[in-house]
Amino acid sequence: MAAATLGLLAVIALQILYKSEVDTIGFETWRPVVYAYVLWGVALGIGQVLTRGEDGQRALFLLPALLFTIAMVIFPTLFGFYIALTDWNLSSFSGRQFNGLDNFWQMLNDAYYRNALFNMVLYVLAVFVEYVIAFGLALLLNAQIRARKFFRVVFLMPLMLSPVAVSWMIGKSLMEYRFGPAATLARHLGWENPAFFSNPITARISIMVLDAWTFIPFMMIMLLAGLQAMSREVLEAARVDGATAWQTFWQVTFPLMLPVSVTAVILRIIFKLKLADIIITVTSGGPGGATDSVSSFIYREYRDRSNVGYGTMLAMAYLIIIIVFVTWLLKFASRFVRNVN
Amino acid sequence: MSVQTTDFAASEIRSPASFVANRVFIYGALIFWAFICLFPIYWTITTSFKTAVDVTQGHLIPFVDFQPDWKGWRSLGLSPDSIFRTSTVRDEFIKRFMNSVITSVGASTLAIVIGSLAAYGLTRYRYKFAWFRNEDISFFFLSQLILPPVVLALPFLVLYREVGLLDTRVGLILLYTLMVLPIVIWIMRDQFNSIPVELEEAALVDGLSIWGAFLRIVMPIALPGMVAAFILAMVLCWNEYFFAALLTSTDAKTIPVMVASQTGSQGINWWSMAALATAAITPLAVIGIALERYLIMGMTAGAVK
Repeated sequence: MAAATLGLLAVIALQILYKSEVDTIGFETWRPVVYAYVLWGVALGIGQVLTRGEDGQRALFLLPALLFTIAMVIFPTLFGFYIALTDWNLSSFSGRQFNGLDNFWQMLNDAYYRNALFNMVLYVLAVFVEYVIAFGLALLLNAQIRARKFFRVVFLMPLMLSPVAVSWMIGKSLMEYRFGPAATLARHLGWENPAFFSNPITARISIMVLDAWTFIPFMMIMLLAGLQAMSREVLEAARVDGATAWQTFWQVTFPLMLPVSVTAVILRIIFKLKLADIIITVTSGGPGGATDSVSSFIYREYRDRSNVGYGTMLAMAYLIIIIVFVTWLLKFASRFVRNVN
Repeated sequence: MSVQTTDFAASEIRSPASFVANRVFIYGALIFWAFICLFPIYWTITTSFKTAVDVTQGHLIPFVDFQPDWKGWRSLGLSPDSIFRTSTVRDEFIKRFMNSVITSVGASTLAIVIGSLAAYGLTRYRYKFAWFRNEDISFFFLSQLILPPVVLALPFLVLYREVGLLDTRVGLILLYTLMVLPIVIWIMRDQFNSIPVELEEAALVDGLSIWGAFLRIVMPIALPGMVAAFILAMVLCWNEYFFAALLTSTDAKTIPVMVASQTGSQGINWWSMAALATAAITPLAVIGIALERYLIMGMTAGAVK
C-alpha cells in the first residue's frame, strides 16, 4: 500500500522534474511528459485499489475515461487561451510573443468573422426547416406501408456518407453549372442561370441543402422512434371521438412528440454548430466569404495565413458564445416543454 | 395486429376515394424522397463509368444513353485490366484506406472500452470527487459534445508538434476517441440502465468480485448496445474530415482528406473523382445496409424515455 503511494508520488515528482527540465533547458520534446502522465494514471488506479479496496475497484471504472478526458480537453483548452493571447504565426520567424488583447480588438473589427457568426445564425435557423421535413418523413415511415424496412434503409443512407464525398457528389458534380443534372433541371424549371454558388444568397441556401441532405435522417430516426413509442390507444381514442387526421396530429401526436422533438432539434443544433467540412470542400467560404461558417473561417485563417494566435482567439470566442447559447437553449427548452405539458 | 386492420377498415368505410388518395400520396412521397436520397449515389456511381463526352452531355442511363467504360476505375488502378499492374494511385488509395480503417477502428475500440467502464460506473455506483457528484460527472462527459472541433484543433496542432504526434495515426486515434466518447457514454448509460441490478447482486452473492460481475454477467447482456455504439463511433470517425485535414500531411492522411484534396487540384477529372468518391462511400454504405438495426439503436438510445 505504502509502496504504491510512494511510487505514485515518485511518478508525480518525476513528471514535475520533466516539466521543470523542459522549462529550464527548453529543447527536449514533451513526449516523456505524456508517458509520465499515463504511468501516473496507472499508478493512481493501482493505488486506489490497494488503499481503498472495494471503493477503489469502483473508482477504477470511472478513472480511465476521466483521466483521458481531462488530459485531452482541459489542458489543450487552457493552452488555447494562452495561444489566443499571442501573435503566433507559424510562417513568421520571430516566434510567438505575448500581445495581450490585441487579437481580441482585431476580432471585434473583423467584418468577416461577424459575417461568419451571422451565417451560423442562418444555418442554425435552417434546422427548423430540416425538422419539419424530418417529421414528415418519420410520419410517412410510421404509416401503414409496405417495404418499410427498404425505405428506412434508403432514407438513412445519406447519413452514412462522408460529408466530403457528399460535397463532391452533390455540390461539385450534381450542381455543376454547365452539365450537372441539378443545373439542367433548374434550367428546365425556368431558372435561366443556375449558378448555385456564385451569388451569396443561393450559395448559402445550397450549403444548407447539402447539409440538410446529410443530416435529415438523423432527426428522422429519432422522431420515428418517438412515434413508435407512442401508445396506439391514445390515437384510437382520438379517432373514436371523431377527430380528423389533422386535428389528431396537432392535438395528440405533436404535443406527445414534443420532448423527443426538443431533444432531436437540440442535438441537431449542436452538430450544426460544428459545420465546416462541406463549406471547406465546396465553396471554401466563397463567394467572398459569404458562406463561411465560423469553423471553416478559422480553418482557412490557419491554412492560408498560418495565423495560429488570431485563429485561436476566434475559436475561443466562439467557444464562449456556444457555451452561453447552448446553456440558454437547454434552459429555454426545458421550460418550453414544461409549459406546454 | 388486430388494431391495424380495424384502422384500415375504419378509414375505408369513411371514404374509399380519400383512402386511395391517401395511399397515392404516401407512396408518392416515399418514392420521391427515396429518389432524392439515392439519385446522388446513382449519379456518382454511373459517372465513374463515363467518358468525357458522356459527362458533358449529361447522359444518365448506362447502356441506353452511354457505353460504360472503366476509365475512372483505371485511373485509380482498380479496374479489371489494371488491378494486377502496379499503380501508384492505387497504392496511395490503399494506404489512405488503411489509415482510415486503423484510426476509426482504433478510436472506436478505445472509446468503447473506457466509455463503457465509465458509463457502468456512473449507472451503478455513487461517486464523489471533491464537490463533483455523479450528475456533474455525467454532465462533464456529455458536455464535451458541445465542444466544436475548431476550439481543440489549433491547440492540438501545437501540442502534437511538441509531443511528436503530428501526422501520426496514434494522434488521430486519441482525438477521435475524445470526439466519440460522449456519444458512447450516452448510449452505454442508457444500455446499463435497462439491465436490472439484481443480476449483479446475485453474482456478488455467488462470490464474484465487482469486476468479475461486470465482465462475466453484465458485459454479455450489454453487447448489443456496445455494437451499436461501436458502429456509430465508426461512422463518425470514418467520415471525420476537420482534424484529419489539419493534423495530417503525408503519413496519416485519411480517405476524406484524400477525396477533398483531389476535388480542388486537377481540374475536372470527373470519372476518377467519381470512382474515388464511390470507393470512399462504399464501406459505410455496406455497413449502413447490413447493420442498420444497430445504427438505429445507437441513435435512438436515450432519446425516447
